Amino acid sequence: MKKVLWQVLALTLAASLLLAACGTPAPTEVPATEVDFPYPAGGALEEALKGSYSGTTVTVDGAFEGNDPDGVKFAESVKAFEEATGITVNYIGNKEFEATISVRVDAGDAPDIVDFPQPGKAAQFVAGGDIVPVSEYLSDEWLTQQYNQSWRDMVTFDGAEMGIFHRFNGKSLVWYPKKAWDAAGYEIPETWEELMALNQQIADDGDTPWCIGVESGAATGWAATDWTEEMMLRTTSLENYDAWVAGELSFDSPEVKKAIETWSELWFNDAYVYGGRSSIVTTFFGDSPAPMFEDPPQCWMHKQGNFITGFFPEGTVAGEDYGFFYFPPVDPAYGKPFLVAGDSMYMFNDRPEVRALMEYFTVPESASGWLQGGGALAAHQTVTPDMYGVELEKGIAELVAQATSFRFDGSDLMPGEVGAGSFWEHISSYVAGSEDLDTAMKAIDATWPK
Amino acid sequence: MSSGKNQKRLGKWLVNLTLLLLVLIWTIPTLGIFISSFRNRDKIATTGWWNVFPHREWRPVSELDPKALGLNPDEVMEIEGVSGTFDQFRKGIETPDGKRVAWIGNKRLGKVEVQENAWTIDWDFSLDNYEQVLGGQDFEFRRPDGSVEVVPGDNMVNAFLNSLAVAIPSTVIPILIAAFAAYAFAWMKFPGRRSMFIMVVALLVVPLQIALVPILRDYRALNLNGTFLAIWLAHTGFGLALATYLLYNYISSLPRDILESAFIDGASHFTVFTTLVLPLSVPALASFAIFQFLWVWNDYLVALIFLGGNPEFELVTQRMAAIVGARGQDWHLLTAGAFVSMILPLTVFFTLQRFFVRGLLAGSVKG
Amino acid sequence: MESPNNKVAGDQSFVAGILALIGRVLLAVSIPLISFYVLYLGFLFLRDSNAPREIIVLIAIIWGVGGVGILYWVFNWLVEKLPDQWKGRLLPFVFVGPAIAILSWYLAIPTLRTFYLSLFGRDGPPEGLSFIQQISSAAFVGFGNYASVFTQDLMVEAFRNNLMWIIFGSTFSVIFGLLIAVLADRSSFEKLAKSLIFLPMAISFVGAGIIWNFIYEYRPEGQTQIGLLNSIVTSLGGTPEAWPQWVAISPWNNLFLIVIVVWLQAGFSMVLFSAALKGIPEELLEAGRIDGANEFQIFFRIMMPYIQGTLISVWTTIIIFTLKIFDVVWVMTGGQFGTHVIATQFYRQSFTNRNSGFGSAIAIVLLIAVIPVMIYNLKRFREQEAF
Repeated sequence: MKKVLWQVLALTLAASLLLAACGTPAPTEVPATEVDFPYPAGGALEEALKGSYSGTTVTVDGAFEGNDPDGVKFAESVKAFEEATGITVNYIGNKEFEATISVRVDAGDAPDIVDFPQPGKAAQFVAGGDIVPVSEYLSDEWLTQQYNQSWRDMVTFDGAEMGIFHRFNGKSLVWYPKKAWDAAGYEIPETWEELMALNQQIADDGDTPWCIGVESGAATGWAATDWTEEMMLRTTSLENYDAWVAGELSFDSPEVKKAIETWSELWFNDAYVYGGRSSIVTTFFGDSPAPMFEDPPQCWMHKQGNFITGFFPEGTVAGEDYGFFYFPPVDPAYGKPFLVAGDSMYMFNDRPEVRALMEYFTVPESASGWLQGGGALAAHQTVTPDMYGVELEKGIAELVAQATSFRFDGSDLMPGEVGAGSFWEHISSYVAGSEDLDTAMKAIDATWPK
Repeated sequence: MSSGKNQKRLGKWLVNLTLLLLVLIWTIPTLGIFISSFRNRDKIATTGWWNVFPHREWRPVSELDPKALGLNPDEVMEIEGVSGTFDQFRKGIETPDGKRVAWIGNKRLGKVEVQENAWTIDWDFSLDNYEQVLGGQDFEFRRPDGSVEVVPGDNMVNAFLNSLAVAIPSTVIPILIAAFAAYAFAWMKFPGRRSMFIMVVALLVVPLQIALVPILRDYRALNLNGTFLAIWLAHTGFGLALATYLLYNYISSLPRDILESAFIDGASHFTVFTTLVLPLSVPALASFAIFQFLWVWNDYLVALIFLGGNPEFELVTQRMAAIVGARGQDWHLLTAGAFVSMILPLTVFFTLQRFFVRGLLAGSVKG
Repeated sequence: MESPNNKVAGDQSFVAGILALIGRVLLAVSIPLISFYVLYLGFLFLRDSNAPREIIVLIAIIWGVGGVGILYWVFNWLVEKLPDQWKGRLLPFVFVGPAIAILSWYLAIPTLRTFYLSLFGRDGPPEGLSFIQQISSAAFVGFGNYASVFTQDLMVEAFRNNLMWIIFGSTFSVIFGLLIAVLADRSSFEKLAKSLIFLPMAISFVGAGIIWNFIYEYRPEGQTQIGLLNSIVTSLGGTPEAWPQWVAISPWNNLFLIVIVVWLQAGFSMVLFSAALKGIPEELLEAGRIDGANEFQIFFRIMMPYIQGTLISVWTTIIIFTLKIFDVVWVMTGGQFGTHVIATQFYRQSFTNRNSGFGSAIAIVLLIAVIPVMIYNLKRFREQEAF
């Protein structure tokens, strides 16, 4: 039953994206104020556009600093809202977000809205009853119009929809040095067999095909969890993936082990990885693609979300110096799944001006800073290609549209103990060779909070 | 006598040499980042910073096209009078006349280079990192209509001022309060003296994170959140245990007879404290001031919690965190950032170093 | 207190006395009131003002620093107005009171709260219930959290590593600090040397992480090494390693992190030892030299006993630093590769997992761990006598 549902959903998504590409849906309302974004009728946002809450302030907290590139994109995104309503949006995020948000909420000083990079982190606050459910201020009908159901499912905890999905990153992408690639005449692989054949071909030509690095300070190992999720989607059913994320399918199960062993045949083959297996755990994920851009390239492929372009050497141009392709499926039975990760918004304090901003986040224009500056895609099905100022994101959006199913980064949905703790640590130990697969998997299972 | 002099001179040499060695070891890491701060991002990521010193490097002299030579990389090849397999050439094979023949790239696109080992020096410096740190990074937006808008980045001036406003009182207030308390522990009798002292030592080890939630709650009740007073008091609270402990150790070791004679002359505790003890403890006060200033200056978490709700009070540490970016994509800017944010603590150190002087107690001890 | 003038006739003196008393009381009350009011005005100005940033900052500094001084002066002045017996009783509390009050508010009471939380499960005591109801609720686990603190694998690893940190980290920090302080004292370039050794102290932990990445950075074998250590190792024909993350030699890979902290902390102990060495009266040293002692004897027989107090206090503080060590580990390895310490576990449990009971228990264990150091310090405190 569930499987059918997902297929229907996936088709809806694909269809909606195609529709979106053809033309914008008609806005539901005639705007009260002249604004270039649609909004739900009869809500706080409509009231705010009449200037009713002018002069008030809404604070938003998140995991990026207010004046780093993401902070600037955020400010850019809410500019239209601020101008139209007179409400000031005050962003206070920082890099110690994990600690500060815990402290603030526990001390009763919660920000109005929190931008969580991982729904799993939000779950801890849902359990504490700190978050206002979405149903209290937004109609189901409006949300259905704005979002594909699966985005809504990702912010639904124990049957209650708690957040608004805002923007996301595509993860199932493989980057390659386009110029050299074309010169060498390598073909873009469409299946796992083709990919493995290409690996061998590049190795026979005397190079290592892959650049892989998972070091990330306290978060070392997260890149390896991404590969695990990709393989879970490609070697087993979506039901199993969902069960695994929910803690119902153990890490020690044959399905999860098979997924990890699938990428291990690539990772642990020293001829396929630049620097060999031993260097994976100690190479900073942001530095790892650098050898692709040397002349001649030292490696030819790198799998990572679209934010990685921020780490590419200065002056490299998308479409010229580098290209990307879809990380190919392994077993055709499971279609072409797409892995995503992204940010969702949660309301902690219920005031009309806060509701107005939450409503604004349900339209793609609220992510305009990222759409025009690059770095993320809008999670709304009403987004149109012309909203993207960057060709790269446009291309990724097309790839997402071609996917037969898509799923959210599993470790981001798991409880912190696992998703931001033992999963990272033990997968690193497994890659480093200090633990075998069975030991590592059992150790992760043991940390799942009862 | 002269042998004694020689011995003294030898001793002096020995001292200077040992110290020089230690200082060199201590300075190498910092030197590395200092040099790196003048190199651009790609250079930092690909070559060692010591390349600014003269060193030998293989340099290409001539290039050969393997296809033109009709080479088959899958077999043993002979190039420039040396023969070897593809893998050997990939590593480079040295010719008898001191040159090296190397295959660059893979079998499809590769070329063959003849290289010589030459002395070289890499002095390609730029101030780019400093410009971005001090002047802020500009962001570009490409609008759907094709226009490009530039959002200018923040500069450091405001952050510096805010950090000063946080750091100076947060340094002086705990020192003053701790000096009073240290004096009381050392030279006064009162009930509860011992248990209070135990409390001070015990609280040295308490991680400040446990206090954030209750203090923030109190601040909300007092409407102190996001004010300077809030963060000064917080830094005072978190720095006080150490300040009291260290100052107590110093103040309690002051010669007894100086204080005694002052009391006999009828001075009050307050007078003794302000006119005798404080001036005599200047070295200890100065040294603690340096540390407290450093900790407060480099603090990130406490400032976020108690000032974080107020974006106009951005501190230097927050600026630095923003410069690096949420995922650390611009960490190379930290090379310059570390030096920019070090300027002030070092100034404080140099200023206060003058107070570590000998002879404050000269003549007070009957030898 | 000035004595009233007895030469004046009774009536007059009585009235004058009353007036003087009223005047004193008024003064006694009004001075603190006025000073509080001025401070409060300053506070309001800082909170609500739109003046230029420079002016606000300047006023903030003057107000903050001056305010504390004024408060002490006022309280002392008040107590001095009291009769002698009260004065003797109250004065120590004017001196020690503010420190104890602030410490209680900021650390002691939160510590007690933490202990209470450590007796409950992950979500803490259920809200809105009385104390009795809370400790009889299902969330109350007694010392269950402590049991898991001492049995969990990662915690055991953290204790082991912290022990390494204390043994190696504190010893080397103290020894190098002392050595440099003594040498600098005798050298021809004291200021320069001290500044260069102190330099690392001024760098934030994040900066230190970057600096040491330039030392430890690993590149696969055969590539150009950009880390100094691996560059040296490979030029000597060895294989490059990612030193702090080198699991094969665990737990000794912790030493590479300890080196960073020694490098940072030596400046701390050097400054304090320098201050103490400067406090040694020149006559003492001269007397020693005249008696024909060589430099080593002078160091061990005169200097060491004289700075013994500083030595112990520096050692105590550095042991406590290493017990609390967090930033360096967090920045460099995040506790992976067998480098977890108590503080990183505390952070993980408190913030990543939001397990308030377990996190609190770890913080309390830190308190227990410092007891031996406390006892030792208390012994010295007892030897010290007040007037």
